[in-house]
Amino acid sequence: MSVKAPRISVTVAEVLEVNPLIKRFRFVRSDGQPMPPFSGGAHIVVEMDDHGTRRLNPYSLMSVPEDSSGYSISVRRDDTGRGGSLYLHQHVKPGMAMEIGYPVNLFSLDQRAKKHLMIAGGIGITPFISQMAQLTSLGGRFELHYSVRNRELGAYVDELKALYGDRIHLYFDDEGDKIDLNRLLAGQSFGTHLYVCGPKGMISWVRSTADAAGWPKGTVHSEEFLAPPVGQPFTVELAQSKKTITVGATQSLLEAMEAANVDAPYLCRGGACGQCETDVVSCDGHIEHNDHWLTDEQKASNRKIMPCVSRFGGKTLVLDR
Amino acid sequence: MGMEFNKETFRKDFTYKNSAKAIKRFPFPFYEDSYMYSVNMEPHVPGPKGSVFEPMFDVDEHYIAEMQDRAMVLAEDPLRCQSLPHMTLAGWDLLELIMESKARDYPEWFELHKDGHNWHWINRPLGIDQKFTFLDESTLPYGPMEYITRQSQGDFTLQDQRDDNLWIEAGMVTTQADWSLDFDIGMSFHEWHAPVPRAHELGVFDRALKFLLKLQHGAPVRRFNWTLTVDPLLDTSPENYPKWGPMRTDIRPENVGERMYLRVELQTLHRLPRSNAIAFPIRCYLIRFDDLVTVPKWGRRLHRVLRDIPEDLATYKGFLRNRDSLVQWLSHYDDGAPTSTGWMAD
Repeated sequence: MSVKAPRISVTVAEVLEVNPLIKRFRFVRSDGQPMPPFSGGAHIVVEMDDHGTRRLNPYSLMSVPEDSSGYSISVRRDDTGRGGSLYLHQHVKPGMAMEIGYPVNLFSLDQRAKKHLMIAGGIGITPFISQMAQLTSLGGRFELHYSVRNRELGAYVDELKALYGDRIHLYFDDEGDKIDLNRLLAGQSFGTHLYVCGPKGMISWVRSTADAAGWPKGTVHSEEFLAPPVGQPFTVELAQSKKTITVGATQSLLEAMEAANVDAPYLCRGGACGQCETDVVSCDGHIEHNDHWLTDEQKASNRKIMPCVSRFGGKTLVLDR
Repeated sequence: MGMEFNKETFRKDFTYKNSAKAIKRFPFPFYEDSYMYSVNMEPHVPGPKGSVFEPMFDVDEHYIAEMQDRAMVLAEDPLRCQSLPHMTLAGWDLLELIMESKARDYPEWFELHKDGHNWHWINRPLGIDQKFTFLDESTLPYGPMEYITRQSQGDFTLQDQRDDNLWIEAGMVTTQADWSLDFDIGMSFHEWHAPVPRAHELGVFDRALKFLLKLQHGAPVRRFNWTLTVDPLLDTSPENYPKWGPMRTDIRPENVGERMYLRVELQTLHRLPRSNAIAFPIRCYLIRFDDLVTVPKWGRRLHRVLRDIPEDLATYKGFLRNRDSLVQWLSHYDDGAPTSTGWMAD
């Protein structure tokens, strides 16, 4: 059973070009009511009607959690992706009506922490922006280390410096900067929690370094949303609904089920939360497991699949849905 | 104001009584003629008019008396209300949820006026008029959770979410069915549910935890729990067991109808927005057997449920020693006629 919150009808209030790759979108409620409050690190799912294709993409909220006048997200354009970010960049204009989901937090602050040590890479900065705003109003201690490709693509570096001063540490790849992680971790006081959001490589680097340095598992937090990858079209049989569906090249299995009016649970749509986990009835072929929810053993067994990001190649795949 | 609040007690002379209206809207918890644990959760959406599901938080004729009883329990034992330091934000979330809900659902009794963080709360039944600063504890007489739960029927716990688990780390617990916040505080989901028989083997807690970790703000859920209590005592706590445990030896066939109560908990679960914690209100409703059997379907069904319930569940719920007397008494109200599914009266 899954219980979904109602969707929120919004109007696009502002579209701002942050840099050549990133645009910021601000949504206000179309009924004029206040937005629900949220917690730092939360994301929303934005629903798009991309010329007949229904897309539901998750984006971290980067506005101030207590600001109920609207929500802001930042979207990095992915020219080789499935089209969600391109749609937002090219077609979404102020005044447009859209639908979003209630905020969901899969990357929340541990309120027990004596200090929050944050490590961001690129667009991974967005959840930290709302977290730092929330910590500021609650009086929490934090320190951010933010790595970007170069000064031009360093989204929000000036704003963050102006707001938080020397609590913000910047690293520019093309200037040869590199986070000295071993030294940084060694210098933290007892009770510090570590948070990382950014590219896959950065997350595993931070996690393995912290692990080797003896940080308890529960003190290290990460968030990585995967965009559903593009791939070859494939066919799936849905046993409960007695339907056979075809998943298009730039469509996810979850989206294909939704398009066929099959009720499938979801929350993050990025392979992280586990909500869409589905039993495999039979599989003659190869499941391309792209999530980081299932264990390696589960993936190898081919008994489970995460339809939000995973694909299939081969003869037949039958799912219990 | 539309409703008279009862003058009644939940201790000593036990003058607690349900009006005819309260009996009619009693949340009878048995969907069918038998009972077993399950993940019996459904969306907490407004129910039929007049039912206990109509508002987000039901306020009924027992409101003032229950709040007076809570104050007495707290005066004797302040540890019934505890909040670990990191749960204060969740307490504010709960305060906001309850104040907004009550002001919306009962505008004649409750008002909430907001000007930024300057809030003004009016609770007419309890005679409270409070101006305070939201998120500033120094402007309230108690912490936010204690402040609002001294004005809300039912127990409340707050669960922090981390490490793919839920941790019971704050609560106001004075109307409980034999469990202790002071004992459980800080425990994980499976730890605080450890004493429940059978449900672990059925996988109920694994499934329930998985479900709750994904609970969404804006989509609360509800379920029932139940037990039996001798006399309308709200505070059946382990701390006070010596006071109420022996009352169970007083039950005889001739006083079952008068002294036995079905105790129903309407439990709801709410994701809290600012803290990402989960609030768990546990609202207790009590009904005397004599009153319960005035609804023929309920009399028939309770007889069948208690007659057939496995012994370990009867032991856990604390009525095994009286089960034969109860079943015998209830059998007079069961003519063997079929009952309709669902908990509503026929």
